[in-house]
Amino acid sequence: MKMLINVAETVVADALRGMAAAHPELVVDVENRVIVRRDAPVAGKVGLISGGGSGHEPLHGGFVGPGMLSAACPGEVFTSPVPDQMVRAAAAVDSGAGVLFIVKNYTGDVLNFDMAAELAEDEGVQVGKVLVNDDVAVTDSLYTAGRRGTGATLFVEKIAGAAADEGQPLERVEAVGRQVNENARSFGVALSAVTTPAKGSPTFDLPTGELELGIGIHGEPGRERRAMMTSGEIADFAVGAILDDMTPRNPVLVLVNGMGATPLLELYGFNAEVQRVLAEREVAVARTLVGNYVTSLDMAGASVTLCQVDEELLRLWDAPVSTPGLRWGM
Amino acid sequence: MLDADFFRRWMTATAASVDREAENLTALDSPIGDADHGSNLQRGFTAVTAALEKEQPQTPGAVLILAGRQLISTVGGASGPLYGTLLRRTGKALGDAAEVGAEQLAQALRTGVDAVMALGGAAPGDATMLDALVPAVEALGDGFAAAATAAREGAVATTPMQARKGRASYLGERSIGHQDPGATSSALLVEALVEASDE
Repeated sequence: MKMLINVAETVVADALRGMAAAHPELVVDVENRVIVRRDAPVAGKVGLISGGGSGHEPLHGGFVGPGMLSAACPGEVFTSPVPDQMVRAAAAVDSGAGVLFIVKNYTGDVLNFDMAAELAEDEGVQVGKVLVNDDVAVTDSLYTAGRRGTGATLFVEKIAGAAADEGQPLERVEAVGRQVNENARSFGVALSAVTTPAKGSPTFDLPTGELELGIGIHGEPGRERRAMMTSGEIADFAVGAILDDMTPRNPVLVLVNGMGATPLLELYGFNAEVQRVLAEREVAVARTLVGNYVTSLDMAGASVTLCQVDEELLRLWDAPVSTPGLRWGM
Repeated sequence: MLDADFFRRWMTATAASVDREAENLTALDSPIGDADHGSNLQRGFTAVTAALEKEQPQTPGAVLILAGRQLISTVGGASGPLYGTLLRRTGKALGDAAEVGAEQLAQALRTGVDAVMALGGAAPGDATMLDALVPAVEALGDGFAAAATAAREGAVATTPMQARKGRASYLGERSIGHQDPGATSSALLVEALVEASDE
């Protein structure tokens, strides 16, 4: 397997050094692995902190900046960050208005952020938390670690970020984040397995002519394997799985997200099919975002996330944002 | 009686064994997880041995508390907090004593395992590290060798189980037929007790 890397052990540090060089508007602490917007702490503003394993870029470091995250904590590849990182981030971005942790529902992320919250609170920082768990492929939480956090993370970070930028207090920003999560659902498919730098070969065997349905973002197989389907059939399946779980009464934000190795040509084509299914199911679309936002290294495939929004959430979604990975209105 | 030297040897032996088995742990993790259990634990235990050398803790409890803190600060994922909590809580239960008996260690480890259960919300039978640790603690009264055998058997016994916690749980029934990487690394930790006591 060929990768554009030096050695597996320094992949994350090397990427952070490169990111620092490309984005002088961010402070990238390579040694301690914290990415902070340069003007933090912003007086009176709630600090938004997210983090998770590396390998999902631009999530989360690429979403640091005005209108979105205040800081991000990248872990090793597909491994959650450690509490020390979040505590450092909290100290850097807290203006006295408190911080909000945005946590994807994976055991490691939850445990490390919980430990960090305790430590940060010991240091006098007020901490709120939003747990993102939007993946409808995980059904029965009695027998699993619960629904994974996937594409909805972007919606939570953007919309809660806009609320924080307006100077809304921690309880409000936290409530907005939770509202977004409660109204968002995702479903993902993989056309190829992931190759992590540490392992150097695909994490599971996925023959040509087959696809995995119901994947997360860590290169693990999904819920079932089927013979390869057309883009239209996949859209029927993915959107169908979401709408089996939610009946939107309001217009939805649509995220058609690439997993890392699927070209935009295919993603746009897939989006056309997603929009067709939504029209057939009489779901109104407010805004659509297509691209590689919540990725899984070199996995081919895509996920669909729908989030139903009222006027207020849509206004916050449309608010200006300026980050390496998402930028509009400013 | 077991002194701080014994506990240092225990941690060093675990680190050596994690080094040896890292690829195997990662291979076990790859069909059901994200193929990094070996490299993550390796990073953590390398930090543990370095910290033990630098800080020279003088009591059994202090050795384990320092080791646990290092794991939490360097491993990440679920393994960092879970293994870190196991060692920290076991160390705290040992208190300030300069030497502890086997019975005290067994009791302290039970406290540590209970803390892991509370933190991760898992129980034996969920295909996690607890399937090695719980039988090991129960067998500890019969000596380290018995505990090591129980841990190894417990790890192997996760193969036919359906994972209910952690990342493997997302696979549902497809997790059946795979030995749990966490239970396997837990067996290494318990087996290292035998190695530490032989010296």
